[in-house]
Amino acid sequence: MEILAILIPVSLLLGGIGLAAFFWAMRSKQFDDPEGDANRILTKDWDDRPKP
Amino acid sequence: MALAEDFGDTGRAPVSACPACVVVPAAERIAALRADRAGRIVLSLPNAGGAQSISTVEAAVQAVPGVISARVNLTLKRVSVEAQPSVTAAQLIDVLAGEGQEAHELDPGLLSVTETDRQGRELLMRLGVAFFSMMNVMLLSVAVWSGAEDATRDLFHWISGAIALPTVIFAGQPFFKSAWASLRQGKLGMDVPISLALILASSISVYETAMSGHHAYFDAAVMLAFFLLLGRYLDHRTRAVARSAAEELAALEVPRAILLLDGNEVETPIADIQPGDTVLVRPGARMPVDGVVLHGASELDRSLLTGESLPVPAGQGTVVSAGEVNLTGPLTVQVTAAGKASSLHRMADLVAVAEGSKTRYTSLADRASRLYSPLVHILSFSAFGYWMWATGGDLRYAINISAAVLIITCPCALGLAVPAVITSASGRLFRKGLLIKHGTALERLAEVDTVVFDKTGTLTLGAPEPVALADQPQQAVSVAAALAAGSSHPLARALAEGARAAGIAPAQVTDIREVPGRGIEGDYHGTRVRLGRADWCGATPVAATASYLSLGPETHAFTFTDRLRPGADKAVAALKAAGMKIELLSGDAPAPVRDLADRLGISDWQAGVLPAEKAARVAALSAVGRKVLMVGDGLNDTAALAAAHVSISPATALDAARVASDIVLLGQDIAPIADAVRIGRQSARRMVENFLISGGYNIIAVPLALIGHATPLAAALAMSLSSITVSLNAMRLK
Repeated sequence: MEILAILIPVSLLLGGIGLAAFFWAMRSKQFDDPEGDANRILTKDWDDRPKP
Repeated sequence: MALAEDFGDTGRAPVSACPACVVVPAAERIAALRADRAGRIVLSLPNAGGAQSISTVEAAVQAVPGVISARVNLTLKRVSVEAQPSVTAAQLIDVLAGEGQEAHELDPGLLSVTETDRQGRELLMRLGVAFFSMMNVMLLSVAVWSGAEDATRDLFHWISGAIALPTVIFAGQPFFKSAWASLRQGKLGMDVPISLALILASSISVYETAMSGHHAYFDAAVMLAFFLLLGRYLDHRTRAVARSAAEELAALEVPRAILLLDGNEVETPIADIQPGDTVLVRPGARMPVDGVVLHGASELDRSLLTGESLPVPAGQGTVVSAGEVNLTGPLTVQVTAAGKASSLHRMADLVAVAEGSKTRYTSLADRASRLYSPLVHILSFSAFGYWMWATGGDLRYAINISAAVLIITCPCALGLAVPAVITSASGRLFRKGLLIKHGTALERLAEVDTVVFDKTGTLTLGAPEPVALADQPQQAVSVAAALAAGSSHPLARALAEGARAAGIAPAQVTDIREVPGRGIEGDYHGTRVRLGRADWCGATPVAATASYLSLGPETHAFTFTDRLRPGADKAVAALKAAGMKIELLSGDAPAPVRDLADRLGISDWQAGVLPAEKAARVAALSAVGRKVLMVGDGLNDTAALAAAHVSISPATALDAARVASDIVLLGQDIAPIADAVRIGRQSARRMVENFLISGGYNIIAVPLALIGHATPLAAALAMSLSSITVSLNAMRLK
């Protein structure tokens, strides 16, 4: 049962990272245009070099 | 006509009501008007879709000199452009048209609300937190339910508490706030028992954990918060989508006018126009203000204001009102009232009064919560009282039971029952081209038994169509088509199009000249030919919308009928089949109204109806217990739209009419109205079913809680099962 002392913090930490990522995505307006983002990966612009 | 007299009053208002106009020199005013035109341009891209259009649009717009950045939002089908003041929207629209993209200018000022949807983002954040906690607490709870003992159980409870308490405090805020607000008003809203359950469940669990008790309700508390937030969020999203689409419709009509200052034409927002100014109204444009015509001759289409399908002549001294469409010649208009003071706005204010009656409608959810809140409190308190008495004053046990009752009865499913159905139904209707603006519109739609239609612009497109062109002599048609090709008058355009459709080529007519307000004349093999008004062509007028041709000694009359809106016959037939009583009320003359009623098979019709009479007719129908669905588009319909039980207007309707109606028809086809009624009825049935389902779970679970056999496991099961069943039931909608 001592393994719990490691597993519980680990599970909370992992969940917490997920939550933090969700917060970050939310704040940086990543959910504003889901349809556009899905399509943007298909464009060929800036495939050869990064956008300046 | 009452409406016309009304407008006449504004025509006689003092013209020099603006002292500033005299003081500020024109040049300075031009500079001031041009100064703050910099910054953001937002264009709507109705046909955008796919990766290709993103690249095309962004590249095309960025290539325009002066554009700083452009970003397409495909979800909203918009592109926002940061640009220098020299760049105009018209320029960008032309560029995009060259790329094959249809674009319309949107007024950025009217779009502000949708872009910063802070409330929605906040709700989503709380939902995310509640979801995270629910998952983690559930993990620990399952361990406890499956038999963790003593110290392990206590440890798990403590960890659950450490996760659940901050979550309840953060995620529960919308409920606490609204519960507090309703308590301060002395009401017992749905959020009061919710908040009570959240607080009681958390605090009793902390106490139990400290006393190393067997049961803690942390999982129930966070689950409750999660499911209720989900309902809240769905509700919010549906409304936000509707609001954003409605805003976009409003923003499409960029309120601009061409102001004449010292002979310069300046494009100006209507808000900056003052009485006494002179504005130019080009043919085809909508009158931006109320005023008096100074120069020019033209014809006006008043159909949006009065329902008349026949254009009326306008010349020097004619009083015009905002909302009319100028048809043939340019008009210079002296402004008597603009913006808020214009007749259009005053009419819209009338609507606001009638709107009040609609908010008084108690939705199913309201009725349910009115029944539910007191019942839950009574149950919980009586359980507490009974167990205090039965156990001889065991406070801990009694509180535990009353908390369990509160948690189990808590309206997880009840909070989801209506939003889930509305989200599902409005999504479905949106794909059919109907925008549900009002939350209770679907429920009201379900009760409808009478449908009242307006004619011009609703059942018809308000666009003329020539009648029996094939029966006219071919020569006359070809000459008329040649003359008509040179004009933008709707009758002329319809005639030219009709001739083309009939396969008749235009004749050789030279020297074509348009005489504003009268017609078009030209030279046909040395003969003077004219197409236009009867008196000008020397023809005897016929009793219908017509255009006359003088061809040498003979004259011909081309009669027109209003083009039927696509799907009008289907919509009427489907509504009749659904057992609705259908009426047609129009402000137009009897002949065209009778004609249309016959074509569609509507037996109850009235012509020449004034706006107030329309509203009165709707009110009379309501008074005898009928639930009226009003479908209309014009200013003359707004009062009736607002007075009806539920109302629909097409997207081409005037702003005031759209504001007054609960549902907006986005496409041209009117057939989805029948679908709307069907889906409305279905969704009302689903809502009732959902209440029954969540009620059913309570009937099983509440007695268990009352006798003290409800474990946290039972509470969790009842809660999640009922929420899931309710959501699945909502998705059954077709």
